[in-house]
Amino acid sequence: MTASLAALAPTGGAKTRINDFSIQVATVNGSGSQTANSVLLRAIFQMGVLVSGKNLFPSNIAGLPTWFTIRASAKGYVARKASNEILILMNPETAKEDIANADAKALVIYDEPLQLDKLRDDLTFIPVPFQKLVTASCPEPKLHKLVKNMIYVGVASRLLGVDMEEVKKAIAKQLKSKAKAVEINQNAAIAGYDWAMENLPDQDHVKVVRDNKTQGLIIVDGNEACALGALFAGVTVVGWYPITPASSLVETFIEYAEEYRKDPKTGKSTVAIVQMEDELASAGVVLSAGWAGARAMTSTSGPGISLMSEFIGMGYYVEAPGVFFNVARTGPSTGLPTRTQQADVELCAKCSHGDTQHINLYPGTMEECFQFAYDAFDLAERFQTPIFVVTDLDLGMQNWSSKPFDYPAKPYDRGKVLNQQQLAQVQDWGRYKDVDDDGICYRSLPGTPGGKGAYFTRGSGHNAYAQYSEKPEDYVATVDRLKKKFETAKSHVPGPVFRNLGSAKGVLAFGSSDPAVIEAQDLLAQSGLKTDYLRLRALPFTAEIDAFVMEKKVVYLVEQNRDGQMANLFRETYPEHATKFKSVLHYDGYAIDAKCIVDQITAFEQK
Amino acid sequence: MTLTTTATPSAPTNKLGFTKQDYVGSKSTLCAGCGHDSITAQIINAAFESNIEGYRVAKYSGIGCSSKTPAYFLNQGWGFNSVHGRMPSIATGASLANRNLINIGVSGDGDSMSIGMGQFVHAVRRNIPMIYIIEDNGVYGLTKGQFSATADQGSHLKNGAVNDLPPIDPCTLAIELGCGFVARCFSGNPKQLNTILKAAFAYKGTVVLDIISPCVTFNNHDASTRSYKHVKDHDFPLHDLGFIQYSEVEDVEIPAGQTEVVTFPDGSKVAIKAIHEDYDPTDRFGAMKAIHESMAKGEFLTGLLYINPTHPPLPEVLNLVDEPLASLGESQLKPSAAVLDEIMQSLM
Ligand SMILES: Cc1ncc(C[n+]2csc(CCOP(=O)(O)OP(=O)(O)O)c2C)c(N)n1
Ligand code: SF4
Ligand SMILES: [Mg+2]
Repeated sequence: MTASLAALAPTGGAKTRINDFSIQVATVNGSGSQTANSVLLRAIFQMGVLVSGKNLFPSNIAGLPTWFTIRASAKGYVARKASNEILILMNPETAKEDIANADAKALVIYDEPLQLDKLRDDLTFIPVPFQKLVTASCPEPKLHKLVKNMIYVGVASRLLGVDMEEVKKAIAKQLKSKAKAVEINQNAAIAGYDWAMENLPDQDHVKVVRDNKTQGLIIVDGNEACALGALFAGVTVVGWYPITPASSLVETFIEYAEEYRKDPKTGKSTVAIVQMEDELASAGVVLSAGWAGARAMTSTSGPGISLMSEFIGMGYYVEAPGVFFNVARTGPSTGLPTRTQQADVELCAKCSHGDTQHINLYPGTMEECFQFAYDAFDLAERFQTPIFVVTDLDLGMQNWSSKPFDYPAKPYDRGKVLNQQQLAQVQDWGRYKDVDDDGICYRSLPGTPGGKGAYFTRGSGHNAYAQYSEKPEDYVATVDRLKKKFETAKSHVPGPVFRNLGSAKGVLAFGSSDPAVIEAQDLLAQSGLKTDYLRLRALPFTAEIDAFVMEKKVVYLVEQNRDGQMANLFRETYPEHATKFKSVLHYDGYAIDAKCIVDQITAFEQK
Repeated sequence: MTLTTTATPSAPTNKLGFTKQDYVGSKSTLCAGCGHDSITAQIINAAFESNIEGYRVAKYSGIGCSSKTPAYFLNQGWGFNSVHGRMPSIATGASLANRNLINIGVSGDGDSMSIGMGQFVHAVRRNIPMIYIIEDNGVYGLTKGQFSATADQGSHLKNGAVNDLPPIDPCTLAIELGCGFVARCFSGNPKQLNTILKAAFAYKGTVVLDIISPCVTFNNHDASTRSYKHVKDHDFPLHDLGFIQYSEVEDVEIPAGQTEVVTFPDGSKVAIKAIHEDYDPTDRFGAMKAIHESMAKGEFLTGLLYINPTHPPLPEVLNLVDEPLASLGESQLKPSAAVLDEIMQSLM
């Protein structure tokens, strides 16, 4: 036992962090660490402990540094935690910096040859002879690099008290049916575990203790949840263009479509998926397919939305349905393409030139990613307009535990579409006539037989009969009706979710900030500041939002961008309350954490 | 909306019982004498003569004088005048949503060869089932006469400006991209255009028609290489064409001898009687060579430049169900609760 290992010795249990810690693993991108990290996360999850995982990866295929954090929380907090109790350092490039940044008292598992133990004296160092262990446990030298990471899973499991049976199960699950790979990886994990058993004393600084918090839960990412929502919503045309962090939404959809969207008799496909030449073309495909009666979608990120802007304005003005997923990343420009942000709020709220307003959905949980993706297709057809489902890299690509999704039993709403018989009965049909006085008109689909219902769609000025018009009164009537339609949407979009502790002080957030806000709300309450939390889930703002804004003395508006974009929308919508909104911001590319929210709100309160 | 005109009792009808008036659209608002209007007239004629079911027609366009024309024909069909240069993606989405549609895209040389070049190239590459018409006048008509990318090198604008750059030729480009039906026509040769349009209606994939269509307002002066006079003087029709729709094949006799016959999968036939030496429109490389040689001489080789009758269009490549995707209902699209359960189990 080296000198520093003495710090591992039991402290008597009083200060043990049970099921309450963060582990950060530093590796090299492309070294296969993703599998090892997922296994460790899953094994802890299988111990009944709530965990979340965040991959901080570079925009690179292989070679650059990458970090993965696993947070376990007995209280169920799943936001990123700013401090880490355990570090696993496998990357020589970053090891020194990782040590410099480490929180005092952290346990540091590292690759022995890195010789990190002299760098600081307030950390507990655990050098592991990874190369020796991997050579002994794995007969195939060409696999050493890949399975080396599984050794730290074994070491960490032993240190934390994670049952080796759970690790083995997690490996089998992760590698599905690849029997040989399962065996090699299990052997490596066992080698790490056994080495730790022989060489490391017990410790009780940080422990995993079996719990029952994850019974019946799933682990999923938001892109998969959205893909499943679209699958059940019956999407039939997908036009897309690859971009991180949005690609895996369509890619996962493609896998599911292979299985669940083939005609059982003919083997033919009930969905057309086309990788287009760019996002402009993707937007064109979505809107024209929607115009022709299909349920259509695309998935992209900020740069793609920018390219689509002209088409999205056209979709709004000609009233063509379509679902646009924006899995947001850190902009502007290429920005930090593998980091998260909520900085496309204003872009998606008003995408395109001219006066435009769009329905936006902001899922904040995995169940909502699924449900809102499903609902988006109904909304698109009901309102005959582009619908944005705005998530971000944090929701879209990170690992989240969730309740399994409820079956969306609600039948599809295909909106106001007139078929041949209905058209035959209508006297004086006009494509843009507001017959029901809700701003939503009746449309017909190309190819409808019977000689009635054909019309000419144009992005230029038109009247209620879809005829070309430059008359001021026709133009104003059209854009005013579109505004009325947006008003109608208020009673169709998902309303907010409240977490009220009983206070005149409000906290307002949306999307992926939710877990950090919940944790911050509890921390603030512990130090004596109660708040009422409203989580916004859609644009336009519904009546409950009006009431919240009226009622609160102050509204802390938490968002992950520099400019307080959502606060801007609020100030614009509620000008007489403009001074109530105080921006709590986080925009460095990492997912928001509770501490930054607590610090900023506390500072406001002390003013 | 009702049809603009009704049949007079004496007007001849086609096999569907429609008169030619049933194929017209709204009144054109283009300049009198604009080549684009002659093309509109031939689309109306060809659709009438080909017994096209108007309700199945979807018309797409970008932005430009040319892109306005879908409003001027086939009011029985649906139209989508979209944004500048993006007509091909509009045709792509709608044709995938409903594979029963008869798709006609109208674009300009500016719309397709500059801002929309990417979409043109990829629509052709994917073989979208559509007639893709480029109404080619060498200028941007709607923005008042700037050069387009098809303008000939050294040609002059009305104000004297000279085009220093070489032109892009939509036809050789389309052949290069694997297009299975490529033709060049002249709006001033209605007979040839009519026959080619009828053949185009019978074709299953992308048909690229580059139709030289003089802009009388901005590009019809003496120093222009797209004026009526210049094009008439330099038009070299390749062949006399005849088109016989599959339903009429039995009744029409094709003369033996000089005539080459290309048969479409549905049985329709194009009869080609060569004028220009021994041009073979099924020979891709030969076609490329002949077009390049004629362009070097400043001629417009017109007619059916290249044909491959069996090139599979995108809905076939994607192996889509026969029923239009837009008509599929919830029972065909929404997986069962058991499926969701199975997926949830796999994520536990
Ligand atoms: C994004 C965008 N940029 C520019 C324009 C302006 N614009 C309208 S038509 C046109 C050119 C049309 O030329 P062409 O396609 O050759 O059609 P023509 O009028 O000659 O038939 C341009 C540049 C536009 N409508 N949209
Ligand atoms: S400007 Fe030229 S292209 Fe446009 S309508 Fe007039 S003649 Fe035709
Ligand atoms: Mg032009």
